[in-house]
Amino acid sequence: MSATEYPRLGEKVFRRRLNNGLEVVVVNKPFHAKRYAFFAVRYGGMDLRFRLDGQWQDTPAGIAHYLEHKMFDTEEGNALQELAKNGAHDNAFTSNAITAYYVECTEKFYENLRILLSFVSVPWFTQESVDKEQGIIAQEIRMIEDDPDWRVYANLMDCLYRSSPVRIPVAGSVESIRQITPQTLYDCHKAFYTPSNMVLVCVGDMDPDRVAAEAEAILPREGGPAIDRDYGEEESLAPAERERSMNMEVSMPMFLAGYKCRPQSGGEDLLRQSIIGDLACDVLFGDSSPLYTRLYEEGVINGSLGGNFDMLPGVAYIYVGGDAKDPHRVFEEINRQAKKLGEEGIDEAFYQQIRRASYGGMIRSLNSFENIAVSMAEGYFRGFDYYRFPEIFDAVTKADVEAFLRENVTPERAALSIIQAAAGCRDRSLAEGQ
Amino acid sequence: MTRQLLMNNVYLTYIPSEKFKTSFLSAQMAAPLEKETAGRNALLVNVLNRGTVRCPDMAAIGRELDMLYGARLEPTVRKKGENQLFGFVASCVDDRFLPKGEKLLEKLTDLLGEFYCNPITRGGRLLEEYVESERENLADLIRSDINDKRSYAARRLLEEMCAGERYGIGRMGSAGDVEKISLQKLNSYYCDILPKGRLELFYCGSAPEKRVAGAFTRAFAALPRKGVLEPADTVRRPARDPFQVVVDEMDVSQGKLCIGYRTDSEDVPATMLMNAMFGGTSNSKLFLNVREKLSLCYYAGSAYHRLKGLITVSSGIEFANYDRAVEEISRQLEALQRGEWEDWELMGARESLLSSLRTMEDAPSSLEDFVVGQAVAGSDETIPGLIAALQTVTEERIQEAARAVRPDTIYFLKGKEAQA
Repeated sequence: MSATEYPRLGEKVFRRRLNNGLEVVVVNKPFHAKRYAFFAVRYGGMDLRFRLDGQWQDTPAGIAHYLEHKMFDTEEGNALQELAKNGAHDNAFTSNAITAYYVECTEKFYENLRILLSFVSVPWFTQESVDKEQGIIAQEIRMIEDDPDWRVYANLMDCLYRSSPVRIPVAGSVESIRQITPQTLYDCHKAFYTPSNMVLVCVGDMDPDRVAAEAEAILPREGGPAIDRDYGEEESLAPAERERSMNMEVSMPMFLAGYKCRPQSGGEDLLRQSIIGDLACDVLFGDSSPLYTRLYEEGVINGSLGGNFDMLPGVAYIYVGGDAKDPHRVFEEINRQAKKLGEEGIDEAFYQQIRRASYGGMIRSLNSFENIAVSMAEGYFRGFDYYRFPEIFDAVTKADVEAFLRENVTPERAALSIIQAAAGCRDRSLAEGQ
Repeated sequence: MTRQLLMNNVYLTYIPSEKFKTSFLSAQMAAPLEKETAGRNALLVNVLNRGTVRCPDMAAIGRELDMLYGARLEPTVRKKGENQLFGFVASCVDDRFLPKGEKLLEKLTDLLGEFYCNPITRGGRLLEEYVESERENLADLIRSDINDKRSYAARRLLEEMCAGERYGIGRMGSAGDVEKISLQKLNSYYCDILPKGRLELFYCGSAPEKRVAGAFTRAFAALPRKGVLEPADTVRRPARDPFQVVVDEMDVSQGKLCIGYRTDSEDVPATMLMNAMFGGTSNSKLFLNVREKLSLCYYAGSAYHRLKGLITVSSGIEFANYDRAVEEISRQLEALQRGEWEDWELMGARESLLSSLRTMEDAPSSLEDFVVGQAVAGSDETIPGLIAALQTVTEERIQEAARAVRPDTIYFLKGKEAQA
């Protein structure tokens, strides 16, 4: 395997592309007891319409997530149990753009890795097991429907976008998942779970060649054809809807504002854009920003205010929100501050301060094996090496951040989602406090 | 790992490690959990977090931390058995990864010491505006636990089950009690707790022990020391007989079922294993039966509160499935009490616990939580000690531990006008 040293990060990474197209990445972490394997597919909640064997296919909302649940079933039983017997902790998640399965353990790493590679690559669905899963996933959907953090985000996406599948919840709905059959699951597995559409990232103290050899022995010899995906027509940068409000059982109103940003296609520009977007968020509403500290001291916001810059296939946006008694006031203050920064520029000393903090934050995130694996996988799928961030970071200027704020953080690009406290909720909490 | 007495009733735990990108620090005070003081302790750390003589406001603190390459210094309030731990945790990028090889440790410990010893004051008192705004924020934060129905239900269970016991008091006190704390009360409380509270300091990172001890000693030189407030012993009680059922109604689409059990078993390793087989892993009886076999829920799991001797089960279900879920959960516990499990269940539970303990050494925050928790409980149990103890637990001891478990309270959060 080829090794790359990253002296500024104190990291060493081994990489190899197998003949079947699978990218294998091993991030070496000596002295750690924990060993971590992360197996990801470039397939997520947004990939609902795609072309396979020349035919365009439309699949039900929530299918990628449903498939993730069912992949743990094997002809012999259930992979969860196999891994649990070895004391391994495993889980999986489906996001908008990727599905990932991971195992964390201290002992029997290669055995656990083989189980992971094999249950993800060999589908086994029966009508009975697919029907049974409806109940479990329906309860998962009910659970997130009661989660105001999820609601406020789902409503914001629905306001910001017209045609992009980012507006459709990753888990789908209780209704949409009823259309899923064993055959749809087999079709989607065949289309997306091919070695050339996947990446294996392992983090920990291990032998990189052995990892590659295990993957070679278990996975199919052939990759798969490239898949065309349809993410809808290119959208205007104006939101579909300016504002939406909903009542829920929360103690205080909650809000999330979003600003549509111009999407980037891929490669290292994407990493650069993500660093600029993160810096813009820190400068505008980060914990130590003038806006945050003033609004906190005035009692307009509390410690919950926060946000970030997100980039997904075909879309990019800034989101910022939290609990606030008067969400409109906070929204207007953010708009006003963005305008001011765009017009007058960012104070040089403050910019240097934020730059330092932001760089430190990126170094800090490398403590987490999961962060490393997710960043490596996303970087691979989108055409950049995440560990090159120190060099990219050095080249970003204050003018880049100012231009980003000027272009993207404007009322014309914005939508606002609010969750109001349902009547009676606050009274009840007051009573409990006594 | 070493633990030394740095000054009167101030201890430093030091763990050397070069495998992390950051150094991790903590300074925690410990006090018995009391209705009177729980809110005060929580409010106090949040007020101290607002400003020191040198960094008098959020912008100044933010600037100081940003210039230390995004160092973090945050107030924390925890419940450990029937004691409350309140203070600050801090971390900064390790010197080895800084572009110019700057040294951050001393600057961060200084700020930590200032938070305790040199808060910004006016006329000898903490600032009124800080107390007012943090009082409101803290009360709002305590109330906001209603937003997450899963943790809300878990909290309500403990409140009902342990009513009248320290363990039933919320980690940060109640919103109503917090709102009654005046500037005067908080100020005199600060003057009272500061000299007598036990202080647990913690460091994990690449700096040598001498440098760390020196940095903390300098930073806390101004800490007054007089009188001693010892942490409380956690008291165990027998389960209610018969058990009680508490139902709340709210506008939700999924019901939350929580069951609280008590155990009088002193065999901690055996109870840990018994709980892991019951609902502690994705291989447990609750997960495999309540979720996988009967599809009654998305999550069903159990937690062992070992200092207090409780086991709590938590699950999200359809309202109409209440009876079936309660019945199935009881059936799984009964199976354990009869000693009914397969070899792979026990093996998996044991390996899972061992693996969790081993990986604690890979996360400074988990180490801190364990070490400081042990110190407050007065326990000298170590991670390697627990690992060894788990390896020798027999099947008989596990069955014995399961037999000591008795239901005390069932809590159900259901939808309005729903049938359960």
